[in-house]
Amino acid sequence: MQITPEDAKATSPSFNSAPSEASLAVRFFDSDLWYSFTRSWLTMLAAAITLLLILSAVFAPLIAPNDPLNLQTLNLMDGSKPPFWSQGGEWKFPLGTDQQGRCVYSSILYGMRISLIVGFFGVLLAATIGIGLGLVAGYYGGRVDAFIMRAADVQLTFPAILIALLIDGTTRALVGTAKSEALIFWVLVISIGLSFWVQYARTVRGSTMVERNKDYVHAARLIGLSKSTILFRHVLPNVMGPVMVIATINLALAVITEATLSFLGVGLPPTEPSLGTLIRIGNEFLFSGEWWVVIFPGVTLAVLVLAVNLLGDWLRDALNPKLQ
Amino acid sequence: MMKRTFALTAALLASTLLTSVSADAKSLRWARSQDATTLDPHSGNTGPNHVLMHNMYEPLVIRGFDGKLVGALATSWRVLPTDPTVWEFKLRPGVKFHNGAALTADDVVFSMERAKKPAADMKSLLVSVQSITKVDDMTVQMKTNGPNALLVNNLTNLAIMNKAWAEANNAADPQNLTQKVENGATLAAMGTGPYSLVSRQPDVSTVMKQFDGYWGKADIKNDFTEIVYRPIKENATRIAALLSGEVDFVQDLPPQDIQRLQTTDGITVSAGAENRSIFFGMNIGIPELRGSDVKGKNPFAELKVRQAVNMSINREAIQRVTMRGQSTPQGTIGTPFINGYTKEIDTWPKYDVAAAKALLAEAGYPNGFSVTLHCTNDRYVNDEGICQSAVSMLGQIGIKATLVAQSLRVHFPGIQKGEYDFYLLGWGIPTFDSHYVFNDLYRTKSPSAGTWNGTGYSNAALDAKIDGLNSEVDIAKRNATIADIWKEIQANNVYAPVHMQFIAYATRKGFTIPVDVENTPKMRFVVNSGS
Repeated sequence: MQITPEDAKATSPSFNSAPSEASLAVRFFDSDLWYSFTRSWLTMLAAAITLLLILSAVFAPLIAPNDPLNLQTLNLMDGSKPPFWSQGGEWKFPLGTDQQGRCVYSSILYGMRISLIVGFFGVLLAATIGIGLGLVAGYYGGRVDAFIMRAADVQLTFPAILIALLIDGTTRALVGTAKSEALIFWVLVISIGLSFWVQYARTVRGSTMVERNKDYVHAARLIGLSKSTILFRHVLPNVMGPVMVIATINLALAVITEATLSFLGVGLPPTEPSLGTLIRIGNEFLFSGEWWVVIFPGVTLAVLVLAVNLLGDWLRDALNPKLQ
Repeated sequence: MMKRTFALTAALLASTLLTSVSADAKSLRWARSQDATTLDPHSGNTGPNHVLMHNMYEPLVIRGFDGKLVGALATSWRVLPTDPTVWEFKLRPGVKFHNGAALTADDVVFSMERAKKPAADMKSLLVSVQSITKVDDMTVQMKTNGPNALLVNNLTNLAIMNKAWAEANNAADPQNLTQKVENGATLAAMGTGPYSLVSRQPDVSTVMKQFDGYWGKADIKNDFTEIVYRPIKENATRIAALLSGEVDFVQDLPPQDIQRLQTTDGITVSAGAENRSIFFGMNIGIPELRGSDVKGKNPFAELKVRQAVNMSINREAIQRVTMRGQSTPQGTIGTPFINGYTKEIDTWPKYDVAAAKALLAEAGYPNGFSVTLHCTNDRYVNDEGICQSAVSMLGQIGIKATLVAQSLRVHFPGIQKGEYDFYLLGWGIPTFDSHYVFNDLYRTKSPSAGTWNGTGYSNAALDAKIDGLNSEVDIAKRNATIADIWKEIQANNVYAPVHMQFIAYATRKGFTIPVDVENTPKMRFVVNSGS
């Protein structure tokens, strides 16, 4: 077992003061992680693409030539225009328009934004639930552990889509269709959060069970720190490695799940399209030769998910001591 | 990528649709966008329900593909020369129900009385009928409140059920679709139609087989022994099913696919106008809209607001882009097919954003207001697309509409219960007469009329005129009243008509199905080459 700086920091309370910015950067570029990153052109490409897509989603309002969310600017007479290089296409709509005259390129930028936000919050929720329960289960063991882990087993028998459909259906029944449309964003986030937490809980529990018998935990206990302090300030940083890997891969999964739900029509409405909604709308026109409405959002989704997955794969390998 | 997606869709379809489909060439596999809400023939007065009804049940008279009236269970009908308020129908001899029972006047009396009950949606067609009596086993008389020269036109969708079967199977009363109840006729059918029910799984499939004892069997010009009717909601999936040979006949062909299918080998497309207008309804009857930021008053109650809505809808753009030419823009709910329609009443304000905004400002809403728009997404041609277009057009004059697109199963009861502020509806006119428009859409809600009036519009003087139409024998005078009513309701703008929709059917090789103006294709009239 090699001693990481994290270990050293956690073992001795005197190391607990925050390191300066410069030393963080130096440590980062000195690390094995950065080294293995620079050795793989595929990872660098994936990182570049992910960064590009995330940046274009974040700055969508600045980049997009049109505002697809503002219905007042749509003109029906611009409907069903092909991409600029085809006959009848124009630069105003680089990737063409859908039937409502909405710019496909702008819709993709805004749609990706919504997809990523839903994915990010979904993963955040899943990680929060999973890490919390995993720490508790691993640290306390016994009945608490058994209870949480059986709940996780039960949870695993439900596919994410089913949970999402259940939550969506219940919300609709409770607050009515009109109101649930407004809540749909949070319905998606909660669905994703509730479907994905098990993986985090299992991983964190496993690591916590190993960590809890280590000397630094005993030391922390000896100086009388509270259980929550031990769990969150000492154990948690040491089990975060695998969590980062799962979170990265889960982000891709969450984006796909959101797209699937929206494609099935239980996700975001057409007036506020995510990538999945765009694909659903475009699917209607697949046979009429208006391929651009479905292909571009589809390709964007595929590229985004692939890039994030590649990053996750690399992170997993890089953080695995056996492969170093 | 496209090819792969198509192959994938086809493969998925193949795996999911293999149930109940035999490779038998005699089976007609039929797909459309939505299912009937029930098999009870008197419960829902909607096209998808009538489509299935017409293959298993029969009314006294029906319309062929061209809209002409022909006898079904009645061979002749007349107004008694001695009493103009009595219609007499001679029944067809030798007609058998699917259970072997012979058709008698008792069944007809039972069915008509059943359709008049409050829970029945079909009651509005019989609003003028006072009583139905059996004269002898083969003769039935219907007495109307006053002379009603056009009664027979109202009977084309009124199915005749087997009385004994209905009473024995908990189906003596029609199913009430606005409540969550079922009866013995919800999933079963006992009529005299050319096909009898084999199995029914709502929203999955309905299988019917040819009825050997059908009275008109000799006249059927096709050799389909079985009909497999399957709702496939997604347009692309439905077309993929047709292209891959999973189905033989697709009823709701989206306009964007017509051109492509016309140029596909082995597929025939027929298209034409349906006797149906598509329109938006505005609820003026409630003190405050449910989904609006305006509190304490109802913007739609103001005529100027309704005029602004009418003015903000660019009907020509919807026709050209959303419908791809497959519609005729309209300013009335009522098509050129019907009695009482004239070019003069079918006008709409010129699309004018500035003028519409000015009207809104005059009405006291210079910044517009918000409202929820309820829409179907599985009933009319491009219904969701029309609503999306309307949302953006209304947005341009400041009305911020939130779109709720839903299945007709949820949408229709909502309209009938008056639950919506603003909604989309289509109105087909099986009687081919204006009265059917007035009586259901404009008349004050009552147990027997105003069934589909979700606007809360109520005008006692107009109601009296509408009811008077039932008993006016002088056709010229009746038509004058109709023209009068049109003038009044057109000025009121409680609805914003959009267009008359065109429908398209696509069939695989071997047969064609001409477009039915009522969009209820009756399979007994279909001719195939016997392949």
